[in-house]
Amino acid sequence: MGKIAISLDINDILHDVTVEARRTLADVIRDDCGRTGTHIGCEHGVCGACTILVDGKPVRSCLMFAVQADGRKIRTVEGLRRDGALHPLQEAFIEHHALQCGFCTPGFLMLATGVLEQHPDIEESELVEILSSNLCRCTGYENILKAVKAAAARMRHGR
Amino acid sequence: MKPAPFTYHRPSTVREATDLLADLARADGRILAGGQTLVPTMAFRLARPAHLIDINGIRDLEGTTVERSVLRIRACARHSEFEQPGIPGPTGALLRRMAKFIAHYPIRQRGTFCGSVANADPASEWCCATAALGGTIIAQSKRGVRRIETAGFYKGSLTTDLAEDELITEVELPLLAEDTRTGFCEFSRRAGDFAIAMVLASYRLERGRMCDVRIGLGGVEATPRRIPEVEAALTGKALGKAAFEAAADLAAHAVRPIEDMNNRAEFRRGLVRTLLVRAFENAA
Amino acid sequence: MTQAKRQTGIGASVTRLEDLPLVTGSGQFVGDISFPHQVHMRVVRSSNAHGVLVGVRTAEAKAMNGVVAVWTAHDIRDLPPIDFREGPNEKLAPFRQPVLARDRVRYVGEPVAAVFAVDPYIAEDAAELVAVAVEERTPILDASAAAAEFADGLSTEAAVCRQGYGNVDTAFRNARHIVEVDVSIGRHSGVPLETRGAIGRYDAARDVLELHGAAKVPHRNREAIARIFGRSLAAVHCFEGHVGGGFGIRGEIYPEDILVLAAAMRLGRPVKWIEDRYEHLMAANHSRQQHHKIRAAFDDHGRLLAIDDRFFHDQGAYIRTHGTRVADMSCGILPGPYRLPHFRADGYFRLTNKTPAATYRAPGRYETNFVRERLMDAAAKQLGLSRVEIRRRNLLQSSDMPHVRPLIALGDEVVLDSGDYARLLDKALAHCGWDDLERKVQERRKSGELVGLGIAIYVEKSGLGPTDGARIHVHPSGDVEVITGGASLGQGFETVMAQVCSEKLGVDYRKIRVVHGRTDRIDHGIGAHASRATVMTGNAVAVAAEKVRAAALEMAAQLLQTEASELTIVAGAVVRVAAPNEPLIRLGDIVTHLRPTSSSRGARAPGLSAEGWFETKHMTYPYGVQIAQVAIDRGTGAVRIERMLIAYDIGRAINPMLVRGQLVGGFVQGLGGALFEEFQYDERGQPLSVTFADYLLPTAQEVPDVDVLLTEDAPSTTNPLGVKGAGEGGIAGVGAVIASAIDDALGDIGTITQLPVKPQMLKAMIDAHARASRR
Repeated sequence: MGKIAISLDINDILHDVTVEARRTLADVIRDDCGRTGTHIGCEHGVCGACTILVDGKPVRSCLMFAVQADGRKIRTVEGLRRDGALHPLQEAFIEHHALQCGFCTPGFLMLATGVLEQHPDIEESELVEILSSNLCRCTGYENILKAVKAAAARMRHGR
Repeated sequence: MKPAPFTYHRPSTVREATDLLADLARADGRILAGGQTLVPTMAFRLARPAHLIDINGIRDLEGTTVERSVLRIRACARHSEFEQPGIPGPTGALLRRMAKFIAHYPIRQRGTFCGSVANADPASEWCCATAALGGTIIAQSKRGVRRIETAGFYKGSLTTDLAEDELITEVELPLLAEDTRTGFCEFSRRAGDFAIAMVLASYRLERGRMCDVRIGLGGVEATPRRIPEVEAALTGKALGKAAFEAAADLAAHAVRPIEDMNNRAEFRRGLVRTLLVRAFENAA
Repeated sequence: MTQAKRQTGIGASVTRLEDLPLVTGSGQFVGDISFPHQVHMRVVRSSNAHGVLVGVRTAEAKAMNGVVAVWTAHDIRDLPPIDFREGPNEKLAPFRQPVLARDRVRYVGEPVAAVFAVDPYIAEDAAELVAVAVEERTPILDASAAAAEFADGLSTEAAVCRQGYGNVDTAFRNARHIVEVDVSIGRHSGVPLETRGAIGRYDAARDVLELHGAAKVPHRNREAIARIFGRSLAAVHCFEGHVGGGFGIRGEIYPEDILVLAAAMRLGRPVKWIEDRYEHLMAANHSRQQHHKIRAAFDDHGRLLAIDDRFFHDQGAYIRTHGTRVADMSCGILPGPYRLPHFRADGYFRLTNKTPAATYRAPGRYETNFVRERLMDAAAKQLGLSRVEIRRRNLLQSSDMPHVRPLIALGDEVVLDSGDYARLLDKALAHCGWDDLERKVQERRKSGELVGLGIAIYVEKSGLGPTDGARIHVHPSGDVEVITGGASLGQGFETVMAQVCSEKLGVDYRKIRVVHGRTDRIDHGIGAHASRATVMTGNAVAVAAEKVRAAALEMAAQLLQTEASELTIVAGAVVRVAAPNEPLIRLGDIVTHLRPTSSSRGARAPGLSAEGWFETKHMTYPYGVQIAQVAIDRGTGAVRIERMLIAYDIGRAINPMLVRGQLVGGFVQGLGGALFEEFQYDERGQPLSVTFADYLLPTAQEVPDVDVLLTEDAPSTTNPLGVKGAGEGGIAGVGAVIASAIDDALGDIGTITQLPVKPQMLKAMIDAHARASRR
């Protein structure tokens, strides 16, 4: 099984890598492109720790092969910060103690970023439904919900 | 949990895809659409296809089309598309309600309607929908095009009538009449989990009596189906708890539930009874 | 208290120092760390639950391109089985787990071979080629059935843990009322989001063996590793990076840790191992599974006279680093908050062919709180008292404190130092409006709803000693370094220590850097477990900070030509007490004056730093009351939590926001154990809960709003800060309170005698009752 040359656009930086087709997008982002902020919690698409944005949509990077992401716009947690300023979601997570061990945090941040960018006026009940896509073992979710709601309000009023 | 090696193919047309399938299916070649079921299965190495044919680049397979009496769902139409308001009428409303039960938001961004149909998991919402609404599966291969009615499509748990060299390019769902009322109810341990039981209900009213009754059963037996004797029992009846509960009891007896350590037959029967009443009571 | 202290010292809900790297994706979890030329390890695991290991064929795997080595037990025959953390124990020694299975396999998931390859994909490919031949034996899967043979002359009943006091038999003979329950807790565990991982690295340039990805108890582990490999402590170091949750599971020495270290030395390359989730669920420590047959004697007034408990502890296949501590703890802590004149507990410590078990957050307490509170609920019913009243009548009073229980928990005699349980009970009942809730529940029952209220009262333990020390060092920039032997698993250790230092030293906590998990920075450490870090390390930091403060003021007094008693430190600068807003000398400048070459230093030791030690004789005991309201869906058996209150007395909260985070996080784990999580096995001993589709963790949709009432009515009397630990307070009572509420909702329909409670079981009870009523 030969390797395939692909170009991954991660946070507006192109990474030219040559990988076997079976390498997951999560593994290539982490190990070949050195962006270890995206975490691997289960490798079977349930926990959501590996959530990234592909063309603006939150997806589980453990359920895609890197070769499928060739030419797509990928955003990971490392790309949330702009010009040194934290994203409202990042600030909200800190302010509301929405993380403890931090392992699930990048997945939640990207899930929330993708959802809030696509649905800025999302209802609270729908937000809870969507946030139940990802698992957290430390916080009990309460503060994650608080943080995302707070950030959503800020983002609606223009960052 | 890394997948076993495979050769990757990315056709850009349906023709290329079916040509590849013709050559590679025998050598364990599989279609990669949403990947939300196939990739985890490969991670566990329970599936080890030697070839993956990625159809996500085939423009002709994207999206859905509403024609006068039919909804055409193409191979790469994602679950999330059904959450949008695009599909009109009672069929659209029903699919929108059902879509919310499929796994979780990020899974729905990638997973496909036709992929679910091809996979034929007993707990699949879309399989239940096709069985209840009388969908037709359009399968293409190098040998030609085949139209398969759902009644003959689902053969067993994770087993369909699809030949190994066939690709589902489209599923056709007849549109429900404008005045159809639909309801859907599902039970699972947690939100987003595989359904332990689901019931789809649809009917019209003529002079206050139910007609065109359709009941879709999913998650309970190895394959999804309608329950004709219960549909018949409800036909001509007025709405109301009494009618629904009688029908529910009939359904609970009619079904032959699959069993596992955590879900015995008796439990599924009880769920069918409960969910049928609720699906009809909440039908709108 | 000055403004600065209030803002960032003890009692302030400041945001965490830990968060910035974690929200920006700059964390260094062990999976994120890589060394040049590293190889990847993949463990080949037994797929049989029990059998004789006949042979392991590795030739094919070895021949694969990219494979560096494949080991079996023979290759590491010089390595001993993994010993107990508390030291050797002759009686339990035969039940220790070998690093790789030698003659027998005893659970599905047991390491049998290790493959080392240039990348993890190849390692997994090669691992599939390793053929393990096993002659199957019947697996033992029921810890409550008759004991069987573990090995020649050894029973699967490896030990019996017995504790007690008074005269239980007499008490029962004379008792007016005897209540008995037979209850079980299902097998479940911590399951952190990050799986286990370790990197072994041998620094040949310095002759130091390094373990990266250490957690929980790095110093203890360093000692164990040094012993195993026959190296001096100076030649072994453990490094903790970011850790994705521990809950007791991560950080104990496992076979994989030993393998990466041995391989790093023998292969001459760093060896990285990252567990996958499927492995984790069958190989990382399990916990909780106990079956109790317990009875209690009561007098006519509902007062407890005696408790007699016999329980079977399902240890799984081997005895790991904790020995029998969880069963011992269960015996020692069972009485909880109640006055109990006579007590006996016999814990039958049984080995079965399942994944070995050990500690999981509130070990022994989640279990015994469930058991004891089930007993109290049953007694209430039998004696015709309300569940609140029977508890109230039996609670130890604050005037009873300190209350000595002649029992041992974690090697420590149980001395309940402080506590006003009745007061917390009253506060909890008032806070949720219990009487009103009861009325509303009655109303809803009239219309046929299955709805109920539950209550549980429990005592937690924390602050296990005996000793901890910390060092504080101030830099010329005025930044402060607090060097501890602690560990962080995500709980906010750095922030809490910084707050203590901030309070005592007078420096903003953001200028304080806390070191932990580094055996090369400090020689002694207790890590972080058993909710002891805030108490032990916190107090050590306080002592060190006070010393640094005194030294700084003494030097400042000389420089300012005044008395030290006229001075204090505010926001990192020395000020006059009378004029706190006028900084006179910054701490950093004092450091400069104290540098080795400084002429103003005089005879003083160079530098502004100090070591502080804290010793304690006994643990300290926080306590809680949990109240839940649940509704059961008659049609499906599903349980919905409508209300949840955790009332907890923490003694003194360093950071209330973090304490709340611990309580709520723990609650959700407890909820998992009550309703969702279970490691199930089939009749051949095959584990069935090995994916996240089978082992169900609560998601945001399963979690109710949780009301937390945090009180500080009973500060600890065992430490100057008055603090008690929070880590296990949320989880400990959840099994008990949820069962109590479900029971109340069921009414005559039935009683909850096991966890987890599943919809199928409730539906069956509801239907059976309906059928019986119709007759």
